[in-house]
Amino acid sequence: MANEMKLTGYRRENGQVGVRNYVAIIPVDDISNSAVEGVGHLIRDTLPLPHPYGRLQFGEDLDLHFRTLIGTGRNANIAAAIVIGIEPKWTQKIVDGIAETGKPVAGFSIERYGDLKTIEMAARKAKEFVQYAGELQRVPIKWGDIIMSAKCGESDTTLGLASNPAIGRLLERFVAQGGSAIFGETSETTGGEDVIADSAINDTVRKEFVKVFQDYQDFIMGTGADLFGSQPTEGNIRGGLSTIEEKAMGNIQKKGRNKLTSVLQPAEEPKGPGMHFMDSSSAAAEMVTLCAAGGSVLHFFTTGQGNIIGNPIIPVMKITANPLTIATMSEHVDVDLSAMLRLEMNLEQAADAVMDVMAHTINGRLTAAEALKHNEFVLTKLYRSA
Amino acid sequence: MHEPEDDVAVVVADTPAGTEIQAVTLDGKEVTTVKASQDIPLGHKIAVRDVAVGKDVIKYGRPIGRASAEIRKGSHVHTHNLKSKRWA
Repeated sequence: MANEMKLTGYRRENGQVGVRNYVAIIPVDDISNSAVEGVGHLIRDTLPLPHPYGRLQFGEDLDLHFRTLIGTGRNANIAAAIVIGIEPKWTQKIVDGIAETGKPVAGFSIERYGDLKTIEMAARKAKEFVQYAGELQRVPIKWGDIIMSAKCGESDTTLGLASNPAIGRLLERFVAQGGSAIFGETSETTGGEDVIADSAINDTVRKEFVKVFQDYQDFIMGTGADLFGSQPTEGNIRGGLSTIEEKAMGNIQKKGRNKLTSVLQPAEEPKGPGMHFMDSSSAAAEMVTLCAAGGSVLHFFTTGQGNIIGNPIIPVMKITANPLTIATMSEHVDVDLSAMLRLEMNLEQAADAVMDVMAHTINGRLTAAEALKHNEFVLTKLYRSA
Repeated sequence: MHEPEDDVAVVVADTPAGTEIQAVTLDGKEVTTVKASQDIPLGHKIAVRDVAVGKDVIKYGRPIGRASAEIRKGSHVHTHNLKSKRWA
């Protein structure tokens, strides 16, 4: 089926392929959000990405902040980017990171100008960028040219039975076509971590996975907190999941029978094809934002009870097999796999159904989350600021 | 059911007490029949065999926790009688 799909996308200066074509306006820090949104109000077809962080962060947390914002600008769904920060140095660091891709990028800093002059200068540049982006054409692409990601949310038992194995089957086909896929959710492999570790392509990757898994376990145990109600969530429990082990075994079906190719830091881009594990939280908006910063241009989001998350820069496809969710929340659902639970659809047919909607989505059809303006851009913060 | 040796099956519709259920695997293999002794909501688990207190509860052919109370065939299996073995 992969060979029958006629797919189009935007081939960027560095050869990477996007499926959307945005001009992003990225704030370095929380206090630059007003200027970023000011540019967004003035110039049509720009994508402001306000967020609450970026001041007084340090160490690994600051590294992640930069990696996420740079990765967001580098994402192949972004045609060009404007970066606005309070001062020039950190602004330039993000501009330089994005500029490596060869795409148009410009930075502006507010000190010694004020918001109003900054907005004017940035808006003039943004106008140029949207005119540039508007002329870029979709070209034929191969499926394996893109990076995709998968995570589930508001999970219930239908994910392990139906929608996650369907995504697993799809991602087996994708990796066989030379594609690069990201999955993660470190704490949510608890109870199935041995399955992931055993699938590593070599002992180095296995050890890397075991280390990030154990670090997350130590972090959780170190808090002394009872995670029941958080992981599994109250929604998971309502949907019939009783323990983290049960949730994890459902979660990891998304990997399919793919080997684990590499272990990525949060927001790190995969270095090649295969199935990559990104060390990450299971909080939906955080995890999808990290995947997008790692280069994913399309996300598969399986849900049971009905997580409604979207992302501003990558389409998030919502897939469910829960008939109650389809009956009550249909506007959020892109692919209905409930026939699997009635044994009227097998795994191959389910993967075909998801691939069909995926092909339309790649070619420009808006997902439910895109149409509903679900633009959750949520940075992961590792610890408190200085 | 995920695996024929599992202790639990997932009900794919709201199931009133007294309903006779045919437990099947996803590829349609019939494993066993069981009568629900309690109302069980869509997506929740029913025991297809007895599990003694303290014993592992098997789903996906693996332990997903241990029985924190006596589990009888046909009863609802959830947080009241199944507890994680992790993070405790």
